[in-house]
Amino acid sequence: MSNGSRPILFVELKERLFKKLLLVSGLLAIGLLLGIFFTLLMESMLSIRETGVSFLYQSIWDPVRETFGAWPFLLGTMITSVLALIISVPFSFALSLFLGEYLKEGAFRSVFNGMLDLLAGIPSIIYGFWGLFVLVPMVRDFENSIGVLAHGVGIFSSSIVLALMIIPYSASISREVISLVPQDLKEAALSLGATPWEVIQKVILPYAKSGMFAGVLMSFGRAISETMAVTMLIGNSNKIPTSLFSPANTLASVIANEFAEASEALYLSSLVELALILFFVTAIFSLLGRYIIKKWMPVQ
Amino acid sequence: MSDRPVKSIIKWIGMLTVLLGCLVGCEDGEKVTELQGAGATFPYPLYSKMFDEYHQEFGPRINYQSIGSGGGIRQLKNQTVDFGATDAFMSDQALQKSDNDILHIPVCLGAVVLSYHLPGVSQLKLSPSVLADIFLGTITHWNHSRIQDINPDVSLPELRIVSVHRSDGSGTTFIFTDYLSKVSPSWLSKVGRGKSINWPDGLGGKGNAGVAGIVQQTPGAIGYIGHIYAEQNKMPLASIRNKSGHYILPSLESVSQAANTTIPDDTRASITDTSAKFGYPISGFTWILSYKEQKFNSRSIEQAKATKMLLKWMIGDGQRFVGPLLYAPLSEPVAKQAQAIIESMTYSGEAISI
Repeated sequence: MSNGSRPILFVELKERLFKKLLLVSGLLAIGLLLGIFFTLLMESMLSIRETGVSFLYQSIWDPVRETFGAWPFLLGTMITSVLALIISVPFSFALSLFLGEYLKEGAFRSVFNGMLDLLAGIPSIIYGFWGLFVLVPMVRDFENSIGVLAHGVGIFSSSIVLALMIIPYSASISREVISLVPQDLKEAALSLGATPWEVIQKVILPYAKSGMFAGVLMSFGRAISETMAVTMLIGNSNKIPTSLFSPANTLASVIANEFAEASEALYLSSLVELALILFFVTAIFSLLGRYIIKKWMPVQ
Repeated sequence: MSDRPVKSIIKWIGMLTVLLGCLVGCEDGEKVTELQGAGATFPYPLYSKMFDEYHQEFGPRINYQSIGSGGGIRQLKNQTVDFGATDAFMSDQALQKSDNDILHIPVCLGAVVLSYHLPGVSQLKLSPSVLADIFLGTITHWNHSRIQDINPDVSLPELRIVSVHRSDGSGTTFIFTDYLSKVSPSWLSKVGRGKSINWPDGLGGKGNAGVAGIVQQTPGAIGYIGHIYAEQNKMPLASIRNKSGHYILPSLESVSQAANTTIPDDTRASITDTSAKFGYPISGFTWILSYKEQKFNSRSIEQAKATKMLLKWMIGDGQRFVGPLLYAPLSEPVAKQAQAIIESMTYSGEAISI
């Protein structure tokens, strides 16, 4: 310890090790993703070979006769997610503008923000139970009043709950992005006589749109892969939905429902292929999102 | 100063090695401390009670994961568990694929009941063909003449029928669709039997709780549920006409009665729609699965012995826990058959003596 060169050696070693550690954990993430992809691909090989492309557009899912088609589930996933997005976007944008622009300080703001974060952390089974016991009876009454077959559960109920689940996600991301808009820009606009609405319209939205879009996309990804709450509310019917109120099924909920008891090889492999499709759908939307964010990035 | 930590590290490693060595050594010893099982969720409340009592009485801890029958069969095939458990017996085809014979050991019986939600109706009788047509979607309203005819004293409302089924793969669904396939030719040709099937009509709920939730909330709903679950939630149950023409309400008594018929030696039999006079027609066995040759995946003779002891206890002394949890116990003849199956287990080709 007395010669002094040791500590420097130690520090260098530490730095190098730290760097290596970071590299390893980065590689681990990539490895994990590739690992999942190849596992899904390999496990679904049997089904891919057996049913081919028709798996995507066939509309019958019959484990007894070993006929497998994913179309109703693909449709169910897209309809519920898009509907949830349509319902959630106005609310989450309004919420984020309110928190990011109007309510910028004070105890109230931290209460609001805390609540929003808390909302994002509620386990999905709780949303599911709330939906089943509170929302579904209301939806059933509504369906009765407009004269459609009143199931209560179905696409409509699950989209509403999905929307509630994703609002905190897109709202909290948008809020962060909106609060990042440079103060000078806003002040300049105000000094030119712009009203607060005009500031939002002409300054904040153009500046923050790519980030807000990223938030929406993230929440869309969550809506696509949400399992538990949807499974409880969608009615789990393997038929192609005929209306907004019909029961349907999604990719994620079929897997959650049927995987545990599936024992025949082709059946199991078909379920894994559903997972592979889900993997692709999420990947496509995430890549699309990145592309759009890059295009819209404001010039700094 | 700098070599002191090194010394202490060496000391620690030494101690750890000794400790680990001891632990490994203990594994080789006489006593088996833990057995692994996996499978059916339907008998899980019973198994967890049984295994807990067994642990307190005899020592070995049994780690049972209720991951579903399919998962149980997979894990047994991968030889990662000492025994599996299933609600639907394995097909001849599936059994032939296994090099080591797989044994089915029945543990108890469970019934599947039909619960309904009809305002103002407190008793309901259903015949097999009416039941099948309700789930096929061909009878759509409660005041349909075919339902009214068998329930002359009940005023049935003009409500749309909403049939509710399990959305998750389950032994309960297997027992129910097995029954429908036996009593209705059109069900057999259009739908068939299985743990997950292509439902022609109705809504799906996840688990007994999901089905019960939809039934309790939806006026006009009817769904099939595990007996215990319906009983615990005090849901109204329909009586079903059995093969000999009697309308039978599900009860422990009527379920046990249903198995009063000849069962093949390997006990792989469906006991839905049996000819038992006062038997409730929709019920089934639940089985433990084990390999006939117990020497697999480098298992020791002690493990084989421990497995055999456990299984014998489950169909013998352990049966006293079956009734209180609303499963129906094995009848005497079936228990004897199960006993014979357990006795056929071998280790390295020789009978296992305990």
